[in-house]
Amino acid sequence: MSYAVKNLVQEGRELIAFRIGDQEFCVNIMSVREIRGWTPATPMPHAPAYMMGVINLRGAVLPIIDLSARLGMKEAEPTARHVIIVAQVKTKIVGLLVEAVSDILTITDDNIQPVPEVSSELEKQYARGILAIDKRMICMIDLDALFAEKESEAA
Amino acid sequence: MKKKVLTVDDSRTIRNMLLVTLNNAGFETIQAEDGIEGLEVLEGCNPDVIVTDINMPRLDGFGFIEGVRRNEKYRAVPILVLTTESDAEKKNRARQAGATGWIVKPFDPAKLIDAIERVTA
Amino acid sequence: MDMNEIKEIFFQECEEQLAELESGLLKLNDGDRDPETVNAVFRAVHSIKGGAGAFGLDDLVAFAHVFETTLDCVRSNKLEPNHDVLKVMLKSADVLADLVSASRDGGSVDESRTRGLVKELEALAKGELPAGGHEAPKAAPAAPAPKAEAPAPTDDSGFQPIPFTFEGFGDDEEPAIEGATYEITFKPRRELYAKGNEAALLLRDLSRLGEMSINCDMEALPALDKMDPEASYFAWKISLKTTKSEDDIRAVFEFAEWDCELEVKVAEENTSDEELPMTPVPFDLSILDDSAAPAEEEKAAAPAEDPAANAVAAAETATGVAKAVARAAERKEAAAPATPAAAAAAAPQTIRVDLDRVDRLINLVGELVINQAMLSQSVIENDNTGTSSINMGLEELQQLTREIQDSVMAIRAQPVKPVFQRMSRIVREVADMVGKQIRLVTEGENTEVDKTVIDKLAEPLTHMIRNAVDHGIESPEKREAAGKNPEGTIKLSAKHRSGRILIELQDDGAGINRERVRQKAIDNDLIAADANLSDDEIDNLIFMPGFSTADKISDISGRGVGMDVVKRSIQALGGRISISSRPGFGSTFTMSLPLTLAVLDGMVVTVAGQTLVVPLTAIVETLQPETSAIHSFGATQRLISIRNSFCPLVDVGRVLNYRATQANPVEGVALLVESEGGGQRALMVDAIQGQRQVVIKSLEANYTNVPGIAAATILGDGRVALILDVDAVVAASRGQSLKPEMSFAATG
Repeated sequence: MSYAVKNLVQEGRELIAFRIGDQEFCVNIMSVREIRGWTPATPMPHAPAYMMGVINLRGAVLPIIDLSARLGMKEAEPTARHVIIVAQVKTKIVGLLVEAVSDILTITDDNIQPVPEVSSELEKQYARGILAIDKRMICMIDLDALFAEKESEAA
Repeated sequence: MKKKVLTVDDSRTIRNMLLVTLNNAGFETIQAEDGIEGLEVLEGCNPDVIVTDINMPRLDGFGFIEGVRRNEKYRAVPILVLTTESDAEKKNRARQAGATGWIVKPFDPAKLIDAIERVTA
Repeated sequence: MDMNEIKEIFFQECEEQLAELESGLLKLNDGDRDPETVNAVFRAVHSIKGGAGAFGLDDLVAFAHVFETTLDCVRSNKLEPNHDVLKVMLKSADVLADLVSASRDGGSVDESRTRGLVKELEALAKGELPAGGHEAPKAAPAAPAPKAEAPAPTDDSGFQPIPFTFEGFGDDEEPAIEGATYEITFKPRRELYAKGNEAALLLRDLSRLGEMSINCDMEALPALDKMDPEASYFAWKISLKTTKSEDDIRAVFEFAEWDCELEVKVAEENTSDEELPMTPVPFDLSILDDSAAPAEEEKAAAPAEDPAANAVAAAETATGVAKAVARAAERKEAAAPATPAAAAAAAPQTIRVDLDRVDRLINLVGELVINQAMLSQSVIENDNTGTSSINMGLEELQQLTREIQDSVMAIRAQPVKPVFQRMSRIVREVADMVGKQIRLVTEGENTEVDKTVIDKLAEPLTHMIRNAVDHGIESPEKREAAGKNPEGTIKLSAKHRSGRILIELQDDGAGINRERVRQKAIDNDLIAADANLSDDEIDNLIFMPGFSTADKISDISGRGVGMDVVKRSIQALGGRISISSRPGFGSTFTMSLPLTLAVLDGMVVTVAGQTLVVPLTAIVETLQPETSAIHSFGATQRLISIRNSFCPLVDVGRVLNYRATQANPVEGVALLVESEGGGQRALMVDAIQGQRQVVIKSLEANYTNVPGIAAATILGDGRVALILDVDAVVAASRGQSLKPEMSFAATG
C-alpha cells in the first residue's frame, strides 16, 4: 500500500500532485518521504480541527493533518481510499491526508505562473505559484510556509 | 619478526598516540593503563621493549619499573620512561628504579621510534 | 585512527580528568588528607598537560604547568592545602576547564582571570618554598632541547610536527670527514646492564657519529668458571673522528652516564688510529640481526668489514652471556602452559561505545517490545483452543524481551555525578559574585539514571542552584545576625525511590517569605486577594508562570527565567517538582524523575472510547466508586469519600476534552493518584484494560507538547496511545488551565 518515492530521478523540478475535493495541489517531491494509505489516527486533545491525530509510522509518532481543513476547505471524512503523504516540514515529519495522488510532474521554472492577486491571506501564505498542465490548474504549496504558524501556535 | 612494545600509560590520549605511532612503525603494541596492569600484562606478552609513563594511579612508573626488574625474565628488557617530567630528580629516580632511558613529552613520533631502536638491537 | 580522533579522545579524557580534579579538590577542601587524593588531583592536571602538549595547545599547557607546579608543592608537603589555597585551586580548575573548552570549541577565555590565577598560583608555589632554591614556574614547560635537530618530519600517520623537547639523541646524518678526533674511554658498570642498556648498542650509536675505531680492553675478564654473568668486565677505548660536539658524544651515553665511567676528550695531534691496537674478537651478528626493528633493517645489516662492528660484536658476546641466562629462563617459561589470560581477570572492564549505537539498539529493542506485544495480541485473538505450547513460547518470549530491554536500558544508566560536579562550580561562582559563603554538599552521586535524563537535568538544576545561592541563602551578616553559621550550606542529593530517581536540593537559608510570595501572586493576578491557601500551596506558587520574587531581576537568577520554566523542563522529563519550606530554616526542592525516558510501566485505560496509559508510579490504588461515596461539592465539583476523607474527582475525559459532560463516576473506575505537591485526586476513567510496560515515544519529535499528555506509545494493535500527564491533569482540576497561556485562577 505504501511505496517510496525518494529514488525517482530528479530532473528539472519534480512535484507530486494530489487531489483535494475538485482541486489539485502539488508539493516539491524532495520534501516527500513516502505515500501510504489511511489508517485510523489517535485523536489529540486540545488540537485544532485540521489535526486528525497521530499514527504509528514504523515506531515513530506521526501527526496527521487534514490538508483540506488546513487549507480552509471542508473537513475530510477519511476512507480507506484516502492517502497520506508523509512529508518533511522543517525538522518534523508530518502526514498530510489527501484524497488521491494524481501525478508526478517534472517542470521548469517557466511553467510556474504567479499566484493571482485575488487570493486571501491564507492562500498567500501557502501558495507559491500556479501550474497549467493539460488544461488542469495545479496550485503549488510551500509546506514550510503553511506550517510556519503551527509552531508559534504550539509555543 | 615484529618487535613487541609494551606501553604503560593512564592517559587514553597518549595510549592512542603511542599505538598509532608504534603500529605505523611496524611494531606490535601491547598496552596497559597503569603499573599494576602493566605487570599483569607483562607475563603474557614478552615485550622487546617497554615504554612507561611515570604518573599513574594504583602503581606509578617507578614502582612498575622496579617490578619489571625484579622479574628474572624481564630484568634486562629495555625500559623507556615517557613522561612530561624533565627535571633531574625524576630522571634519577627512574634510573634508580632501573629505567634504561627516557623521553620527554610531548613526544615526537620519529624520536620515539629512534629511542626505541636505540635501546633495542 | 587519525589525529582528529585522538584529539577527540583527548577532550573526552579532559572532561573526565576535570571531574576527577574537581572532586579531589573538594575532598581536600573537606579536610581529606589522603596522599592518593592529592596524587589523583596532580595526575589529572598532569595528564591534561601531557595531552595538550602533544596537540600543541600552548595556552592549555602553560596554565596546566603552573597549576601542576603548585599542586606538586602540595604533593611534596611544601604547601598546606588550606581553604584559601583550595579556593585558588578550585578557581584554577574552573579556568582549566574553560581553557579546555576553548581549545575544543575555539572560544575565548577570560585572559585577565587566567593571568590573575597564574599569579596567585605562582605566589602559592613560591610562598611556601625555601627561598632561593625554587625556580619560578615558567609559563611553558621547560624546553631544554639544546641540540640542533632536523625539523620533525610529518609522517604518514598524520602527525603534525609538534614542539618537541628531547634531550640527547644524536641524529643519523652522515658525518663529514673533517672535524675533531675524540678519545673516549667507556667502562660500563654492572648497573648499566641491569637497567637494560647495552654497551653494544651504545657503541653502534656512537659509530654513527663519524669514523670510529675501538679498542676493547678485556684485561678484567676472569676464567669462565669464575665469571659472574651479571658483571661487567669490558672497557672500551674509542677513537672517534667526527664533526659533532663533545655534547653530542656525551648525549649518546645519556641513558648510561650514571652507570659507567665515561671520559671524552679531544685527541692529541699525534694520536692516530694505528696507535690504538685492535683486538680481534669473534662475533655473532645474528644477535643484532634477528631482532632488528623493521625500520632498522638496512642499518642493522652492517658490513662485517666495519672495524667498529667487530668491537660491537665483542660487546655483544659479553652481554650475551647475561642475555643467554635470561633467554634460557624464558624458554623454560615458554615450555610451561601459557597463562596470559590471567591478566585479563583484573578490575571491571569497560568499553567505550558511541551513544548512537546504543540508541539504535534501544530503538530496535523498543520495536521488538511492540512487535512482541502485537504478536501476543493476535495470537490471543486467533487462538481459541489455547494451545499451550504457543502460549508458553509467547510467555517466554515476553520474559526474554523484557530482560533484553532491561539490560539495554542499563547500558544507558549513568551516575548523576558529572551533573552534581558541575553544580559545585556554579555555587562557587555565584557565591563569589554575590559575596556569600556557601558550601555545596552532595550525596548519592553514584545514583544511576538514564543518560538522557542526566543531560536534561543540568539546565533546570543549574537554575535552581543559582536561585538557592542568590535568593535562598542569606548574606553572611544576616546569617550571623540570625545566629546561624555565616557559611550557608546547600545540599544536593540523589537516591532511587520506587522506580524513580529522587533529587533533593536543600538550602539552610531563610526559607520562602510567604507573605511576599502571596502578595506578589495577588499583584500579578495569579490568585484572588482573598484566596485561602495552605502554606504548601503558597510555597508552590513560585512555580507559576511569570512569577519572580526577586525585586529586581539580578544577573544571576534573572534573565527573565522563572521557576515555572524549571518546572516545565522537569515535567517535560516526566518528572515532578515540589518545594517545602520552613521560614528561617531553609527550603527543600524535591524532584522525582523517571529512571529512563524510554519505557514506563503503565495502566492501560479507556476514556471516552480512547485508549490512554497512566504511569503506574502515579497510581496509589484503583477503586470502583459506589453511589453512596460520591458527593457533589459546589456547582461542578464532586468528591469521593475514601476511608473517611474526601478526595476531589477528576474526569479525565472532560479535562482532555474528549467529552462535553462529566461521566457518571459509578459507571467507571477511579484511579487514586498522588500528585506532586501532595494531595490526592481520584481520576475517573471508563475502564481498565490492564497493566503493561510501554515504550515511550516522543510527541514533540514530530508534533508538539500537548498539555495533559506526557508522551505517546504504541500498543499491541499498532495504534498510538497517549500517556497521561497525571500532574498536569490534577493541576487542571485545581483550576489551572491546561492551556499554558491562560492565567491561573485559584479555587476558593
